[in-house]
Amino acid sequence: MAKISNKFSGKTVCLNKANVDTDQIIPKQFLKSIKKTGLGPFLFDSWRYEDEGYLGKDSSKRTLKNDFVLNNKAFSEANVLVAKENFGCGSSREHAVWALKDFGITTIIAASFGDIFFNNCFKNGILAIQISKKNLDIIFSNQSEIKPIEISVDLVNQKIFDEKLFEENFEIESYRKKCLIEGLDEIGYSLKYEKEISNYEQKLRKERSWVIND
Amino acid sequence: MAKRTLYDKIWDDHYVTTRDDGSDLMYVDRHLVHEVTSPQAFEGLRQNNLKPRRVSSILATPDHNVPTTSRDINLDGIKDPISKLQVITLDENCNEFGITQFKLDDSRQGIVHVIGPEQGLTLPGMTIVCGDSHTSTHGAFGSLAMGIGTSEVEHVLATQCLVTKKQKNMLININGVIEDGVTAKDITMFIIGKIGTAGGTGHVIEYGGEAIRALSMEGRMTLCNMAIEAGARAGMVAPDEKTFAYVKDRPFAPKGELFEDAVEYWKSLPSDEGAKFDEIFNFRSEDILPQVTWGTSPEMVGSIEDTIPHSSDKNIISALNYMGLKPGTMIKDIELDQIFIGSCTNSRIEDLRVASEILKNNKISKRIKRAIVVPGSGLVKKQAEAEGLDEIFIEAGFEWRDPGCSMCLGMNPDQLNELERCASTSNRNFEGRQGYKGRTHLVSPAMAALASLEGRFSDIRDL
Repeated sequence: MAKISNKFSGKTVCLNKANVDTDQIIPKQFLKSIKKTGLGPFLFDSWRYEDEGYLGKDSSKRTLKNDFVLNNKAFSEANVLVAKENFGCGSSREHAVWALKDFGITTIIAASFGDIFFNNCFKNGILAIQISKKNLDIIFSNQSEIKPIEISVDLVNQKIFDEKLFEENFEIESYRKKCLIEGLDEIGYSLKYEKEISNYEQKLRKERSWVIND
Repeated sequence: MAKRTLYDKIWDDHYVTTRDDGSDLMYVDRHLVHEVTSPQAFEGLRQNNLKPRRVSSILATPDHNVPTTSRDINLDGIKDPISKLQVITLDENCNEFGITQFKLDDSRQGIVHVIGPEQGLTLPGMTIVCGDSHTSTHGAFGSLAMGIGTSEVEHVLATQCLVTKKQKNMLININGVIEDGVTAKDITMFIIGKIGTAGGTGHVIEYGGEAIRALSMEGRMTLCNMAIEAGARAGMVAPDEKTFAYVKDRPFAPKGELFEDAVEYWKSLPSDEGAKFDEIFNFRSEDILPQVTWGTSPEMVGSIEDTIPHSSDKNIISALNYMGLKPGTMIKDIELDQIFIGSCTNSRIEDLRVASEILKNNKISKRIKRAIVVPGSGLVKKQAEAEGLDEIFIEAGFEWRDPGCSMCLGMNPDQLNELERCASTSNRNFEGRQGYKGRTHLVSPAMAALASLEGRFSDIRDL
């Protein structure tokens, strides 16, 4: 997995909608891809474009919807997506995270997240941070139509802040933090426990042999 | 010994070790695989020179992309070359790694969450994963079944374990006897309406109470299927005699003495009297009426007696705008264009029996442009045909299709046209889910069948 810096700053783009499901983040027709890359141009496809997209379509020639925040040029450099409650609920499609990453999003801040989506973020080096409603409201009310907010993250100390507006300590499971900071190969890491897994399997074959059907 | 919940017990029996970063490895008994969320995982294995650890734990089948009209010509029936490549890629991956697959031309092929239980691969007390959020379905057997992402699919293939942390326990009791015409689908939608789509986040839900115990195994699968729509990591129902009877003699289920051993273990699984739940909800059966969603999230749901709510909530206004509905409109006045009976929520034999009972000697409304019924598996289809249900559907004006996910998510050609409105037995009413700009109302099979006759929603209890 790609390592991420301990400390970094990013520019926000706020998506003012609760329960944004992964069907919206990347619609079903793009799940036909057998690759992880190239999904960025189709991120939020139905909200972003006037027409319906499909894999292979040249999105640079498509008409953008004026009222969708990601199409606002003021946020063209945004890499911190700020959302409301239950962001990424619904389908388990990791394509949603691949699309966000391909688009250039490195951090997602929300009131809460869909469970599977939240896991998928960390597996791909995207930092997902749950923050208090109070500070989320501060971000939403201070990001104007024309200017993003510059948000800083100190991952080691689990701090998220804006120089003038707020500072908050956020929670992150120690294993997720370690994986992000060290850029660990998750599978390689687990395979260090090969002996424990084998021991478990031996016990399983003895105690609940009906589980193993080989 | 401490009193434990069903979830606690399965967790304890699948705990392998704690990694030095503080996360736990949970052993995975069964891994179900389909064509959409697996190609990148198999590719990852190849890149790292790894192999699946225990191929006997895996069953694969193509279901999301497959056409429902041309099974006789097998792969040639997949017109979209990108869909076809994905199905062929699953074939190649299964061949390369020696994984059992029910291919497109196999009579046992079907929706992965229908065939797991049907084949006896889903057993009580197991941990089951699949790269699909509706894996929660299998919790109906008292197993711990979770949807996972593709990176996790790769991890499970390579290690037979999931990196995870224990969730909280939630208990939802449905007390009393549910009214005739009200189904498991209505119960599960009602719960989501009450606790919301994030109500179960961070929890594993155990469903209990008299109404849950009274449900058939098919009903329990429908119930647990939508636990994910309540935000939960998994949904479960404690196994009982009904569960054991369902499992017995299925192709992959243990036989003879092994089965007896298993039953003995399964009987130890239900939550101990006095076990601690972090959160408990109690609902009364008499409050649960036939449900219909009116918005673009499963929590935007009401009963057949309701009207579309007036609200200043920006999310509701935007949903009603998408759905083309006005506040104050009666649910019963909503007119429909299409009917879809199918999906991992409601495509089992019991669902088809209930729907066909309503359609018998009737014709669908002239308003309805298309009504399709998509059995959940080849074996469900065969069983329905043996009972003559196909003829009832066809005579009523339905199209009788081949198994697959179909119009639940429209990855295949079964989709709504723009602005068309559908009564659907599936699980998600998200924007564009059933087709670009399509409008979905989630209902039970009985309510969908009745709506097909009337061209609008009606109360199944009036029948």
